[in-house]
Amino acid sequence: MQALTNRAQPVNRKPMTFLERLYLINIFKGMLITFSHIFKKQPTIQYPEQKRPFSPVFRGLHVLNRDEEGRERCTACGLCAVACPAEAITMEAAERLPGEENLYREEKYAARYEINMLRCIFCGLCEEACPKDAIYLSETFAPANFNRNTFIYGKEDLLIPNPVTEPEAYAKAKGLN
Amino acid sequence: MAEETLFKVTIDNITVEVPAGTTILQAARKIGGEVTPPAMCYYSKLQGSGGKCRTCLVEVSKGSEKDPRPMPKLVASCRTTVMDGMEVKNVTSPRVQEARAGVVEFLLINHPLDCPICDQAGECHLQDLSYEHGKEGSRYEFQKRTFKKVDLGEYIQLHMTRCILCYRCVFAADQISPKREHGVLDRGDHAQIATFIQKNLHNEFIGNVIDVCPVGALTDKTFRFKNRVWFTKPVNAHRHCDKCCGEVQLWLRGDEVFRVTARKDEWGEVKEASNGKTGWICNDCRFEKKNLADWVIEGPTNVNRHSVIAQNKYVGLVKPTETFPAIMKGRNPKLLMDIHSVSEVNKPNIHLSQLERPAHSTDFNQ
Repeated sequence: MQALTNRAQPVNRKPMTFLERLYLINIFKGMLITFSHIFKKQPTIQYPEQKRPFSPVFRGLHVLNRDEEGRERCTACGLCAVACPAEAITMEAAERLPGEENLYREEKYAARYEINMLRCIFCGLCEEACPKDAIYLSETFAPANFNRNTFIYGKEDLLIPNPVTEPEAYAKAKGLN
Repeated sequence: MAEETLFKVTIDNITVEVPAGTTILQAARKIGGEVTPPAMCYYSKLQGSGGKCRTCLVEVSKGSEKDPRPMPKLVASCRTTVMDGMEVKNVTSPRVQEARAGVVEFLLINHPLDCPICDQAGECHLQDLSYEHGKEGSRYEFQKRTFKKVDLGEYIQLHMTRCILCYRCVFAADQISPKREHGVLDRGDHAQIATFIQKNLHNEFIGNVIDVCPVGALTDKTFRFKNRVWFTKPVNAHRHCDKCCGEVQLWLRGDEVFRVTARKDEWGEVKEASNGKTGWICNDCRFEKKNLADWVIEGPTNVNRHSVIAQNKYVGLVKPTETFPAIMKGRNPKLLMDIHSVSEVNKPNIHLSQLERPAHSTDFNQ
């Protein structure tokens, strides 16, 4: 049979010498490699204490955005829900009453907004579908939990803190400090 | 009487024979498909409609067999009758496409583009038109004309900003209801649909203006903001009604009737009912009968699969048989979580469809 490369070598079947049978030299060579790695740069990090930065295009946990006056941007247009391939998003809309203008940006808003994080596949299509810049995928993970019912995220879990009333929490959520 | 004369007309190289006096648009609708020019103001069931929006412009490249000269300008196909041997270009004419893009730009000049809020989104003719024929952006740099929203009675909401002044609702009120109470006031930029002095529309058939409105200017207040059109499931249903034909389309979500409309054909016009008349429906059927028990369901409405309304509706879904109980001697698998016990959406004690008005925060924070 023709060899594929010219690098093939016949197996050396000569019996080992006494020095080779002791294995001491080979063990020493191996330990030398192990020892040399102590002085090299570590590729791992201590995870819960240290965290790696996320890429800006990372698709993590959803946030519902507010505008600069702290009003909710979402108008419950339903485009995220219809774009969602996992059918994880549901919502119910309501009309803004007089006096609620500081809460909601448009005359219609999402009274209920839920994302089932058990269904969500973090594809980011909701973010792409949103015409109002209302939903974003942030650079965080959905925290793990022992109970499934904690993975139904409502508006209180998703909404970004109000930049007017809670500027510090808002800045933290934005990753500004 | 002499036999009806048939005229041969060629639209986009497709020849069709139609009786004399047919408009180009009707002839094109006979062919169907892409050939048909879009129409915003023309409504075949309303006499006198058409000729206002100019979206149905077509090029007549050959006037007739006897006078083969082309028509110098693009003509409105809803108002131009066919001649024998006429040749019409619609999709094959770049002039028409360009002109239509211009018409769309004009129609959208004062349109607020609030589709995320508008209840008509998903079945809006202007949305389809601008998506298919419009250009990406507008060159209009000025403030859009605005109006305050108006309540026309307890059922109808008027958003004058969205109106394209097609006059369909005016013709509908004239021809269907006994007395018209609204019309177009003022001229030019100020022209608006109004009742002159704030007045409610009370006629028994006035709800049909919602169906004929090609945009979201006239919308159903009992459905307002309740749900998006594409999340509700259209089914055909009927009931015995002494005022109208009673043949309607219900828009369901689960067992809740969110909206009742007349049945529409592929051109978005109200279909003919089984008694041969146009299937206009009365206010009672449209606004008052929001219980499933009021209706006899005939079956799901056939929705064009390119429509957003067809999204997430699984036709011909076959559920696989559950193997678990068969293997486990009838024991059902343990449900690890019932979504309805956790979810705040669609709560069983809140019936949005039963509300006569849009839902408010007070309805949710009970």
